[in-house]
Amino acid sequence: MSDELHSAAIPSSGGVARWLPWALLVALALLPVVGAQLGLDYYVGFVRRMLIVMIAATSLNFILGYGGMAALGHAGFIGVGAYTVVALVDAGVSSAWTAWGAAVLVSGAFAALIGAVSLRTRGVYFLMITLAFAQMLYYLAVSLSAYGGDDGYGLYSPLELGAGRTTGDAALFFWVVLAIAALVFSFASRAAVSRFGHALTGIRDNETRMEALGYPVYRLKLAAFTGAGALAGLAGALLASHNNFVSPSTMHWTESATLLVMVVLGGLGRRWGAVLGVAVWLVLSEVLKLYTEYWHWPLGLMLIAVVFAAPRGLAGLFDDRSSA
Amino acid sequence: MDPIFVFEQLLNGLGFGLMLFLLAAGLTLVFGIMDTMNLAHGSLYMAGAYVAARVHEASGSFVGAVLVAVAATVLVAFVLELLIVKRLYARDHLAQVIATFGVILIADDAVKAIWGPSPVMATTPAALAGPVQLLPELPYPAYRLVLLAVGLLVAVGLYVLVNHTRVGMLVRAGASNRKMAEFMGVRVGRVFSFVFALGAALAALAGALMGPISAVQIGMGEAILIPALVVIVIGGIGSVRGAFVAALLVGLVDTAGRAFLPPLLRSVLPPALAADLGPAFAGIAMYVLMAAVLILKPAGLFPARA
Repeated sequence: MSDELHSAAIPSSGGVARWLPWALLVALALLPVVGAQLGLDYYVGFVRRMLIVMIAATSLNFILGYGGMAALGHAGFIGVGAYTVVALVDAGVSSAWTAWGAAVLVSGAFAALIGAVSLRTRGVYFLMITLAFAQMLYYLAVSLSAYGGDDGYGLYSPLELGAGRTTGDAALFFWVVLAIAALVFSFASRAAVSRFGHALTGIRDNETRMEALGYPVYRLKLAAFTGAGALAGLAGALLASHNNFVSPSTMHWTESATLLVMVVLGGLGRRWGAVLGVAVWLVLSEVLKLYTEYWHWPLGLMLIAVVFAAPRGLAGLFDDRSSA
Repeated sequence: MDPIFVFEQLLNGLGFGLMLFLLAAGLTLVFGIMDTMNLAHGSLYMAGAYVAARVHEASGSFVGAVLVAVAATVLVAFVLELLIVKRLYARDHLAQVIATFGVILIADDAVKAIWGPSPVMATTPAALAGPVQLLPELPYPAYRLVLLAVGLLVAVGLYVLVNHTRVGMLVRAGASNRKMAEFMGVRVGRVFSFVFALGAALAALAGALMGPISAVQIGMGEAILIPALVVIVIGGIGSVRGAFVAALLVGLVDTAGRAFLPPLLRSVLPPALAADLGPAFAGIAMYVLMAAVLILKPAGLFPARA
């Protein structure tokens, strides 16, 4: 239903919808240059973190929004990616691409294993078992005293990006993150409307029917879950380089819950949902922190308001306006 | 291993398990009857702990403090149900998770505004501060014994309430098949309001009792919520009996893991590795238990729905 409304609304806003993403990309690409001129380096860093969180949220939106898999352990994969970088740096690797690539592979492997077990359960039980695995990863990280245990691990030297440049170059690292985030976003957008994405949506809406139609339901879900885990690991690896620090708190269950909250806030299973949710959540937290130490409750109030007043998320609000 | 030490840890595990049961009983009924996931249950536990600690400090009466804490929390829960939870019955689990996560954020800030950001000291009542000589070799804190007694008493009371009273019959009817119960004329909404208040009272009781032996601080609700959820999943959502068995299991496994695994590992592994793995395995134990139960019995040990 809502999809029909959505596509019907496109002709009227087609022009805007077409150039807006590109305008946004250009504006973001100019940010490090403008930011350096105006002395807003802090905010350039803030936007970089936002882009990294968007990668993780986009991957969660893919399995939750299109695949209907309510996973409450996504921060676990972010942690696996981050700790892969830590392990490689500790072992002497200095290339960013090697470390990040390995993080994608390792977290993808973890996601495949965890998904293979978890996807045999449904609904709340799936929620709980993914949470349980993330908790196991959390305690595993706490126990890794070689990597700082509870206190975390500082990455003191920046990673090499090639041609003598490193992640210590704030503007260059920003552009690298922006490029990766844009690629992940367009990849996820395309995957959502591919045969694979449509099959996944079909499984979300009626698993039994898709099974009867001959789709390999379990394997499709596992493939989506593995891919999402790998992308979350990529976000974790970038986050490690961004913070120059990794600690088990990255994997705490409230981090998984916050990621889930951001995706639902933006709009579940919507192209711009995850991006919008992350932007609104992080900007609001940042602004509220400026004014008060009690910055949690307005966010809580907003969540309750969204659940009751905008059940399709913030992205859904735009549909209503354009179709009215 | 020293049998006295084992026995002592067994008692500790039972105590923790019973407190988990107080939390899980409300959670599992709310979930079982109205299919509603209430993450804010941990916040009710936190409210109970804070109110009890403060009233105890101000009045000097521990029993009075516990009663005030329970009453205050039930009041808060009544408002919470009226304003938010009631409107969430018909929604999906995700909406319930999001809205009640919002409640957690508000509750944590409210506690911070009222009682400040630093942890509150909850004192053990003076009369129970000493140890009791259980066996010639085994002194055991009197307070923990009271905890065990209260936990068992509440469990028995709940058993009688659920299995041998009219209200309990309605609760069970609602949990095993809500639609059918509605068709038969049960006002499930009212039963649920009662269950929600009862759950809040039990959560507050657990918080008030756990205060003196744990840290009364912001975030304590989120920390205890996960073990409570593990308990209701292992026990089978909606089953009080399942929650009881699972709570004791989780309490014992968790305590045993913390007490026995590290020395056990030290005896078979190099000391450095054992020191690393001990706490990890101890923390993981209850999740492994849950994963194992779900693989063998996907709907928990005592599924409430036929």
